Amino acid sequence: MAKRLIEVKNLKKHFETKKGLLHAVDGVNFFINEGETLGLVGESGCGKSTTGRVVLRLLEATDGEIIFEDKNILDYNKQQMREMRKKMQIVFQDPFASLNPRMSVAEIIAEPLEVNKVFKSKKDLDARVKELMDTVGLADRLMNIYPHELDGGRRQRIGIARALALNPKFIVQDEPVSALDVSIQAQILNLMADLQKELGLTYLFISHDLSVVKHVSDRIAVMYLGQIVELSDYNSMFRDPQHPYTQALLSAIPVPGIGKPKRERIILEGDVPSPINPPEGCRFYGRCRHRQDICKGQTPELKDMGNERFVACHFTGNLK
Amino acid sequence: MSKKENLLEIKGLTIRYTTEEGTVKAVENMSVEIAKGETLGIVGETGAGKTTTALGIMQLIPNPPGKIEGGEIIFEGENLIGKSAAQLRKIRGNKISMIFQDPMTSLNPVMTVGEQIAEVIQLHEKKSAKESMIKAQDMLETVGIPGDRYKDYPHQFSGGMRQRVVIAIALACNPQLLIADEPTTALDVTIQAQVLNLMKKLKEEFETSMIMITHDLGIVAEICDKVAIMYAGNVVEYTDRDTLFTSPKHPYTLGLFNSIPNIEEDEDKLKPIKGLMPDPTDLPSGCPFHPRCPKATPECAERTPNPVAVKDGHVVSCLLFEK
Repeated sequence: MAKRLIEVKNLKKHFETKKGLLHAVDGVNFFINEGETLGLVGESGCGKSTTGRVVLRLLEATDGEIIFEDKNILDYNKQQMREMRKKMQIVFQDPFASLNPRMSVAEIIAEPLEVNKVFKSKKDLDARVKELMDTVGLADRLMNIYPHELDGGRRQRIGIARALALNPKFIVQDEPVSALDVSIQAQILNLMADLQKELGLTYLFISHDLSVVKHVSDRIAVMYLGQIVELSDYNSMFRDPQHPYTQALLSAIPVPGIGKPKRERIILEGDVPSPINPPEGCRFYGRCRHRQDICKGQTPELKDMGNERFVACHFTGNLK
Repeated sequence: MSKKENLLEIKGLTIRYTTEEGTVKAVENMSVEIAKGETLGIVGETGAGKTTTALGIMQLIPNPPGKIEGGEIIFEGENLIGKSAAQLRKIRGNKISMIFQDPMTSLNPVMTVGEQIAEVIQLHEKKSAKESMIKAQDMLETVGIPGDRYKDYPHQFSGGMRQRVVIAIALACNPQLLIADEPTTALDVTIQAQVLNLMKKLKEEFETSMIMITHDLGIVAEICDKVAIMYAGNVVEYTDRDTLFTSPKHPYTLGLFNSIPNIEEDEDKLKPIKGLMPDPTDLPSGCPFHPRCPKATPECAERTPNPVAVKDGHVVSCLLFEK
C-alpha cells in the first residue's frame, strides 16, 4: 500500500476580524500519499489557499494536527521547523508578485540554498543553480536577468526552480497556472508532471480551475466555506459527483465542444455566504436545491462511502 | 452563415501604438461582420489585440500612443471612423455599449448603483431624474438584483452582483451592439454560469448583437454564433462556431485546443504550443505564428498569409491553405 506522506486532521484556522471570528479553515481532514497529487478546488474565499499555507505553517493553525512523515509538525519549535521546511515548499500563484524585483534570476534561485548554508563554495552553489535552471527549462543566459524582463511563464519557472532548490518531498502548488495564458499554462503543467515523475514529488495542487485540477490530480478535494464537502479519486468525482455543491460546480464549467451530451446545468442561486460567524448546520444550506430541515440544524460529517470516497451531506446516495 | 442584414462590418481595420520601444501592430487588417442578434466571439491570448479591437469599435483608442491607421468600421451603414466627438457620444452607451473585464474597478465607488444606471438613461433618453431612477430599478430587477438595492454603493455588492450592475448599465438604453470584454474572467465558475445565463436570456429578449471577447473556448461553445481567433494582432481563423469545433484549420487554433485540459476525457499529457508570444514591437516576419508553428515552412518566414476562404464563411490565414 502506498505510504502516507502527510495527513491533516481536524485542521482549523480562524482569524479575528472586526466583524467577528472568520472561519477560514474549519475542520479539514485529508491525507496525501507519497508521489501523489491531491487537488484542492473551490471558489474564492473557500479557504483553499489558507489551507495550503497552514499545512506549511506559513500561517499558524488554530487547531488540529499536521502529520508529516509520522510526526505532528505543529509540535515543532522554530529550529526543527526550519529543518522541516527543506522538505516542504510552495509555488505561489502570482509570478509577478512572488519574486523579488531587485534580485536576479540566479539570486532568487540561490537564496534558499544560501539561507540553509547547503554549499560551502560559490562554485558548487552556481553549479546547483545552473542545474536547477536547466531542470525547469530556463536558459543559462537568463541568470543575470531580472524578473521584470521575463514573461509570466518563465517567471513561474523561476518560482518552481526556487521551490525545488532544497530537494523537497512535498510542494504546495497554490494556483500556479492561473495567471498564465493557456498555451503557456500547458507548458508549465507538463513541466510539473515531469518533475513529479522524475523526483518523486508529492503535490497539494490548489486551483479554482476544475479542468486543470482534473488533469493533474490523482484525488480531488472540493472545499466550500472552510470545509471539505467531497473527496475522492478524480474519476469518480467527475463521473459521479455526490455532493450537491460538487454537482453544481461541475455542471457550471463551459465545455469547449459542441454536439456532445452536456451535463444538465445547475445554476446556483446567490453567492457564497460570509465565513464570519457561519451558522450551524450545513454551510451549503442556503444555496442547495435539496435542502431539508435537518440540514439547517445539523452539520453533516465527512462520511466514508467506501472506495476512499468521502462526502459531507445528509442525503448522500439518496440524491438524484 | 446568417443571411441577415449586417449590423456591424469591420473592413481592414488596422490599429497601431507608437511607443518608445517601437511600433506595436495591435490589430492588422481585421475584417469581420456581425448580423442583428448575432454573437461574435473574439478569442486569443494576452496581447492578441482583442481589447484593442473593442476599443477601436468604440473609438476609445487612447491617442497618442494609439491610432487607427486604416480600415472602416461600418455601424448601421455609417463609418464610425471620422465621426465627431459629439456624434460618437450619442452612439456610445446608447447604441453600442461595453462591459469591461473587471467589475471591481469599472464602477464609480462614490455613486450608488442606481445613480450609475440612471446616469446613462438620463443622458441618452432625455428623461427626468425621477423617471430614470425608476427605469434604473427595473434594470436592476432585469439582471436579478432586488430593485430596492438601488441606493446601495458598489462595495456593498459581491463580484458577481457588481458585474450584473455593469451589465444593467450597458443594457440600460437597449443597445444594438454590446461589447463584452472578458465579462466573467474575474468571477467564480458558479457565478460565471449565472452571468452567462443572464446574458443569453437578455440577448434573446432584446435581440442584441454581441461581441464576446474571451480566452475561454468553453464560453465560445456556449454563447457565440461565430468566432474570430486572433494571434498577435491578426485574425488567423474566422468561422461559425460549429465549424470551429468540428474542423478547426489554423495550426494556432489546433494548438489552442490541444493546450486545454479536456474535462470530458482523460489525457496523459497536454500538447502545448512551443515557445512564447512574440514581442509585440518586434513581430516575426511573414506569418507572425511561424516561429511557434509545427507546420512552418521556410516560405512562412517570408510571406504574410492572406485570408483564404477554405469553405463558404470559413476564412483561414495560413500559407498551407493558399494555393
